[in-house]
Amino acid sequence: MEQFTIPNKVKRWSMIFMAIGGLALIMGIASLFMAGDEHAHHHAVARFWSNLLINGFFFFGIAACATFFMAVNYAAESGWWVVIKRILEAIGSFMPYGAVALFIVLIAGAFHMHHLYHWMDASVYSDFMVKTAEGITYYSEPVEGAIVNPDFDEIIAGKIAYLNVPFMIIRQLLIMGGWIYMWKRFRTRSLEEDLGFERGRHFKNVRDSAIFLVAFGYPISTFVPWDWIMSIDTHWFSTLFGWYVFSGLWLSAMIVAILMVVWLKSIGELKEVNDSHIHDLGKWMFAISFLWSYLFFSQFMLIWYANIPEEVTYFQARINAYPLLYWGMFFVNFIFPMIALMDRDKKRNRMMLTIMGIILFCGHWVDVYMLVTPGTMKQHGYIGLLEVGMAIGFVGLFAFVITRTLAKAPLVPKNHPFFDESVHHEIH
Amino acid sequence: MHKESEIRYPLIIGDKTYHQITEDVCAPVEGRANKLWYVCFTIAVVVALWGLGCIMYTVGRGIGVWGLNTTVMWAWDITNFVWWVGIGHAGTLISAVLLLFRQKWRMAINRSAEAMTIFAVMMAALFPGIHMGRIWMAYWVLPLPNQYGSLWVNFNSPLLWDVFAISTYFSVSLVFWYIGLIPDFATIRDRATRIIPKSIYSILAFGWSGKAKQWIRFEEVSLVLAGLATPLVFSVHSIVSMDFATSVVPGWHTTIFPPYFVAGAIFSGFAMVQTLLIIVRKVVSLESYITRKHIESMNIVIVITGSMVGIAYLTELFIAWYSGVEFEQYAFLNRATGPYWWAYAMMMTCNVVTPLIYFVEKVRKSIVISFIISIFVNIGMWFERFVIIVTSLHRDHIPSNWTMFHPTFVDIGIFIGTIGIFFVLFLLYARTFPVLALNELKSILKSSGDNYKKQQH
Repeated sequence: MEQFTIPNKVKRWSMIFMAIGGLALIMGIASLFMAGDEHAHHHAVARFWSNLLINGFFFFGIAACATFFMAVNYAAESGWWVVIKRILEAIGSFMPYGAVALFIVLIAGAFHMHHLYHWMDASVYSDFMVKTAEGITYYSEPVEGAIVNPDFDEIIAGKIAYLNVPFMIIRQLLIMGGWIYMWKRFRTRSLEEDLGFERGRHFKNVRDSAIFLVAFGYPISTFVPWDWIMSIDTHWFSTLFGWYVFSGLWLSAMIVAILMVVWLKSIGELKEVNDSHIHDLGKWMFAISFLWSYLFFSQFMLIWYANIPEEVTYFQARINAYPLLYWGMFFVNFIFPMIALMDRDKKRNRMMLTIMGIILFCGHWVDVYMLVTPGTMKQHGYIGLLEVGMAIGFVGLFAFVITRTLAKAPLVPKNHPFFDESVHHEIH
Repeated sequence: MHKESEIRYPLIIGDKTYHQITEDVCAPVEGRANKLWYVCFTIAVVVALWGLGCIMYTVGRGIGVWGLNTTVMWAWDITNFVWWVGIGHAGTLISAVLLLFRQKWRMAINRSAEAMTIFAVMMAALFPGIHMGRIWMAYWVLPLPNQYGSLWVNFNSPLLWDVFAISTYFSVSLVFWYIGLIPDFATIRDRATRIIPKSIYSILAFGWSGKAKQWIRFEEVSLVLAGLATPLVFSVHSIVSMDFATSVVPGWHTTIFPPYFVAGAIFSGFAMVQTLLIIVRKVVSLESYITRKHIESMNIVIVITGSMVGIAYLTELFIAWYSGVEFEQYAFLNRATGPYWWAYAMMMTCNVVTPLIYFVEKVRKSIVISFIISIFVNIGMWFERFVIIVTSLHRDHIPSNWTMFHPTFVDIGIFIGTIGIFFVLFLLYARTFPVLALNELKSILKSSGDNYKKQQH
């Protein structure tokens, strides 16, 4: 069976992108040491680690959601998608890299190398403190010579049973490890299937995908967005937050899949993919854009309408300090796909899908940026060289990893039981 | 060329031909009703009359005859309203969303599901109507120019958005249902021998002749309506949820409400479709078309939406603790352990726990268990609305206001009565309408019919 080889051009560009990312990384680290005063130092620290968190979360989420979409198709017994299955598998292979980036942020936070997560600070959740010449130590009990901690934050202290480093490490290791392990199982069986079709193996994948949907569905609605993102604004809470974040990541995963398909077709690969497949992918992009807009609106409107201080400060922080970026992000992500992709022919037009894909991909990166930055940097964040450089670096690494996975197996799984259906897929 | 994998289950069982499909589907319309139908119909009529009596009593005496009090000023009325609207979601979901997803199994169930939707939305609309007290002024919910100075509806109120959302949804669902019926009415018209049925069905069939051009238009319109109806499925229950979520009442104001209500609506709607179709397939002998595979597919939708609802329950519960807001925390503590703990337990068991057994394939395919679970879900989803509404109200910010809600015979009568009216309409439908989309069903006979599949492989 024909193996796919990565074109040199792609290898070269992913290297260049990674080099740019490396430069940005060095620049970011250097800025930590070159800051003039304490204020500038805090700024540099928050900026650098926010960037790692934004990109780690965004690209990890894309990889996880691609695996989710694969599981959805297995569980729903859909047929059309088989010829793009290997692409989804390849995107999923980025999960371990994204997870490493996220865990670096988490561990660094635990060692107080940054203060993205306010709740990691003993100074906010301890009732008492002892001041000595060496510094301040915090206690939950009134020990000898202790005074009441003036920075004590009752709300954060109330959340410490959930928001504490050991618990977060345990649950995130279990969740992310579980997803990566499930991806491995799908992948192994998928590659085995290339050697010959066997009913049992296919149905094992179907069963596993049902398990994955549960193992993915619960945490992506809850712990994953809450821990990594929502806990930055420690006081704030929103029950819809999980689904909102998930919808944006899912859309981004679909966009990556579309861009990969269009690119592979343009270099003469993936002959089995026809206009109907492209059309269906375009529909997904269109539909999930609406899903995301719907969830954005639901969350925003209810908080705006009720206007209670516990909640509304979250949007004030975004709208007051970043009006253009925030509303721009929403209108681009909502209006652009609605206008550009409503028409049937546009969903089959590869040029249009590429342009919209790139715009929306950037739009949803900005969405994640807006989820993080106002919480970590207040009104002082901006998209500068560091942000762009690190994002480019992640794109390079992402492209490098997924093309390498693609090259490890034939581009189409010929023995999949729905392969024939997929090849003969035709819609109008 | 269309291909179908050999591992797909057949959707039409038995040795059916095109003609046999027509015969099977038209039989209940053309033949005489059996005894069972008359028994069911009589019971439904009696219950409906009791309900109508209670409604008239309410209109005559005012809503003081309900169990409402100053603290719990919303109870069964809005519970029943939300319950019926929720049930009304499955039909359009099946006809629109499953059409967009090209799910062939929808063809055997979409007709009845849509009929159910129409009747359920009618039952739902009844409640805000009678809750107004002066039902003859019901048209005031519409923003009509009037002679009373600037007397307008409150555009800021989600209750008004409900009026728009539900009336739009009802109109689109009705049109969708009717368009689908046209070719099948024509089939009945062509087969009718007596003059009166023939003339009625020929009016209903809009002069359909089955030309290729008509089918092209038919498919185009279906697709356009599906595209319009899909956002409507989302909008209706989102807006219903906003009746609560735009307020600042603990337990009501939470951002997850819109998508969680939509998931719950689809969940309860599918449960009702399941309840009805398991009966219908037996009573009018359509087991070859509404197969175990269909029931299994609906069960899968039930377990997925049930799990989404479950996530939402647990998210609310957790975030209430996490928020650190004491009112929020108390609202949920009171729900789970207060005097209405039994309603909360009912909701949790019926909606979250019992559907989980559908993860076992054998259970999903069992018709008896599917029927039982579907009843559980119907009950559980009623209790969900009751829990949301009554437990959030009965203990408000002033403890001296705290009280309980006790329904009167009128509350109960109206609720049971709407179930009776619903069944009267549905039973009449089952005798006069083609309960399956028979002409559409023929389009999948050669790809998904049991006999044709056997020939191929």
